[in-house]
Amino acid sequence: MVEIVVCIKQVPQVSELPWDPKTGTLKRDLAEGMMNPACRAALEAALRVRETEGGTIMAITMGPPMAEEVLREAIALGADRGVLLTDRRMAGGDTLATSYTLARAIEKTSPGFDLILCGYSTSDSETAQVGPQLAEELSIPGAASVDGIAVAGRKVRMQRIADNYLETLEMPLPGLITVTTGSYTPRHVPLAGLQAAFSAVRIETFDADALGLDAERLGATGSATRILTVYSPTAKKENRVLTGTPKRIVEQLFAEFDDRIGGAISQDLKSSKERS
Amino acid sequence: MSKTKRSIWVFGDYRNYFQNRVTLQLLSRARELAGKIDAEVCGVVFGHWTEEWVDDALSQNPTFCGVAGEYIAHGADKVYLTDDPRLASYSVETYTHLMARLAGREKPEIILIGATTFGREFAPRVAKRLGTGLTADCIGLDINEEGLLVQTAPSFGGNLVAEIVTPERRPQMATVRPGIFQEISHDYDRRGEVLCVPMPEGIPADRIRLLSSEKCPPREGKLEDAKVVVCGGRGMGTKKKFAKLFELAELLGGEVGATRPVVYADWTERDALVGQAGKQVKPQILFSFGISGAIQHTAACTGAKFTIAVNKNPNATMMKLADVAVVADAGQLCSALIQELKRRIRRS
Ligand SMILES: Cc1cc2nc3c(=O)[nH]c(=O)nc-3n(C[C@H](O)[C@H](O)[C@H](O)COP(=O)(O)OP(=O)(O)OC[C@H]3O[C@@H](n4cnc5c(N)ncnc54)[C@H](O)[C@@H]3O)c2cc1C
Ligand SMILES: Nc1ncnc2c1ncn2[C@@H]1O[C@H](COP(=O)(O)O)[C@@H](O)[C@H]1O
Repeated sequence: MVEIVVCIKQVPQVSELPWDPKTGTLKRDLAEGMMNPACRAALEAALRVRETEGGTIMAITMGPPMAEEVLREAIALGADRGVLLTDRRMAGGDTLATSYTLARAIEKTSPGFDLILCGYSTSDSETAQVGPQLAEELSIPGAASVDGIAVAGRKVRMQRIADNYLETLEMPLPGLITVTTGSYTPRHVPLAGLQAAFSAVRIETFDADALGLDAERLGATGSATRILTVYSPTAKKENRVLTGTPKRIVEQLFAEFDDRIGGAISQDLKSSKERS
Repeated sequence: MSKTKRSIWVFGDYRNYFQNRVTLQLLSRARELAGKIDAEVCGVVFGHWTEEWVDDALSQNPTFCGVAGEYIAHGADKVYLTDDPRLASYSVETYTHLMARLAGREKPEIILIGATTFGREFAPRVAKRLGTGLTADCIGLDINEEGLLVQTAPSFGGNLVAEIVTPERRPQMATVRPGIFQEISHDYDRRGEVLCVPMPEGIPADRIRLLSSEKCPPREGKLEDAKVVVCGGRGMGTKKKFAKLFELAELLGGEVGATRPVVYADWTERDALVGQAGKQVKPQILFSFGISGAIQHTAACTGAKFTIAVNKNPNATMMKLADVAVVADAGQLCSALIQELKRRIRRS
C-alpha cells in the first residue's frame, strides 16, 4: 500500500495563448486552462504504481479557484482525493514560495505520505525547480527527470537518462520524484468518470490561514526573485525582409550573411563573382 | 577571515567534459560580468580524481593539472576543490550539502550552474537551502545599473522571455542553457589559485543510491546537436520538392527537420519532427522553408542563433520570428541556394 501525492499545476493552453506579440503582454486570465503535460505523466505513473502496489492517490494543486478543474480531471482519471490551495496571498510566488506552500499543505493533508510525484517541469514557467525544492523543504530524498518508477516494499527504483548516462537509482520512502513525459503516456479520461467527478466529489479547499502558513513566505511577498519585464523575443528581432527573384535573393543572402553561413559550416564562402 | 572580494562562482560540471562545455562558457561570461561589478571568478569542483579528468587536454601543460587547472586556463581566478572518494559519482544530496556549506561561508555574490540534467536538479536544492532565488535555464545574463544580475529566461516554450532579478537575497543564482555563451580559449599561462577544501565532517550519507550508470551511446542527437538545421514544412509542396532539402542540408553539413504535416504526409521520417511532439534544435543557423510557425513547432526552435525563413506569405508567424524573412517560393529558393552554394564551395 502506497500513499501517493501528485502535485498538479493548471497551465494556460499554449496554442491558444492570447498574447500580443508586439508588446509581449499575455492575457493570462483569458487563456483556457489545462493540466500541465508532465503533471499528467506524473499522475499516470501514480495510477500504475497503485495498480501493482495498492494504495491511495491524492492530487494537490495551488492556484486560482478555477484550478479545481484539474483536480476533478485527476479524480476522473482515478485519483481518490483532490486538494485545492487557493488564496490571493499565494499568487505570484516563485518556486521558493510555491515549494514552501505545497510542503506545509502536504504535511497537513497527507501526513503519512510515502511518495510524492511531480511533473518534471511546467509548460508555462518551465523552471523544473518546484519538485527538487519541495523535497528539500520536506527533507526527504528526491530524484528529478525520471522516466521509470518501480516501488518495492519501502524502496523505490528509478531509471532516467541524465547527461548521457542511463542511471538506475534507488531511494527509501518517503521520497519525491519528478516525472518526464517520456514514458508514461497518459490514459484518456473516461467520460462517465468525468461526469461523476464534476458532480459528486468534494474538493478539499484550503487557504493560508487554514494551513497555518506564514504570510511572509507566500506568493510574491515570499519570493526571492522579481520579474522586471516580460516580452516576446520576436519584438526584439531585427527581422530583415528580402524579396525579389530567387536568384537575386540568394545573391543578397550571401552578400550580407556569408560570414554567418560560412561560420556555421566552417567554410569560407566569401569570394564572389570571378569564374562560375 | 581574509578581507573578501566579491565573487562570482561557476559550478564545475565536468562529467561530460568534451561534449558539454557549458562550464567553460559560464567561466567566460562570468569574467565579463566580474568586470562590471569588480569581482573575482571562482570555479567550484567536487569530485574524485579530478586531476585526471581532462588529462589529454593538458598534456602540454606542466603547471596545472586536472579540472581545476583547466578552469583557471579558461578564466577562473580561483578554484575551490573538494576531492574525495565519496564524490566519485555525482550525487545530488552530498553535492548540495557541500555547495550550501561553502557558499554559506564564503558568501559569493552570484552562483552560475550549467542547465544540464544534473545542474537543473542540483541548483534548486542549493538555492532552497540558502533561501535564495534561482532562475532556470537562462539564455542571457547581464548586470544592470544597480549592480544586479539580470537573468533572461524563456517561458511558454520560448514565446515569452522574462528578465528576472534577485533584489535582496544572496547569492543570485541561475542555471544557464549550454551553447549560449562562447568559451574563451585556454591560456595555460594564466595563473590562479587552487584552494583545497577538505570534505567536511558530519555530511550525512546520500539517501539516493546509484545502482548503475552506463554511458549511453550519445543519443541519436544528430538533429538536436546539428550546427545547421534545414527545416521544411507543408509549403515545400510535394515529397519530391521536399527531397531537395536533403541536398541543401548535405551541402551545409546540416540535418533536415520537418513539421508535423510533413511527417504525416510521409515526406520524411518521423524522427525528423521538430517541435513539442518531436525534437528541440539549437543550431547556429536554422533555415525554415514553407513553415507557418505554429507554436508547437517554434517552441522547439528557440535555441537557434540565427533564423532564415522562406515563405510566400510575408505575414506568417515564422517570418516574424526570423532574423531574415525571405518572401519567395520555398522550392525555388531552395534550388537557387543549392546552386549558389555548389558554386562557392567548389571554389573555396
Ligand atoms: C498537441 C499538438 C502537438 C503538435 N506538435 C507539433 C510538433 O511537434 N511539430 C510540428 O511541426 N507541429 C506540431 N503540431 C502541429 C502544429 O500546430 C502545426 O499544425 C504545424 O507545425 C504546421 O506545419 P507547417 O508549418 O508545415 O504547415 P502550415 O501551417 O500549413 O504552413 C505552411 C506554410 O507554408 C507556406 N507556403 C505554402 N506554399 C508555399 C510555397 N510555395 N513557398 C513558400 N511557402 C509556402 C504557407 O504560407 C504557410 O505559412 C502540433 C499540434 C498539436 C495540436
Ligand atoms: N502551483 C502548483 N501546484 C501544484 N503543483 C505544482 C505547482 N507548481 C509546480 N508544481 C509541481 O512542480 C512541477 C514542476 O514545476 P515547475 O518548477 O514550475 O516547472 C509541476 O509539474 C508540478 O508537479
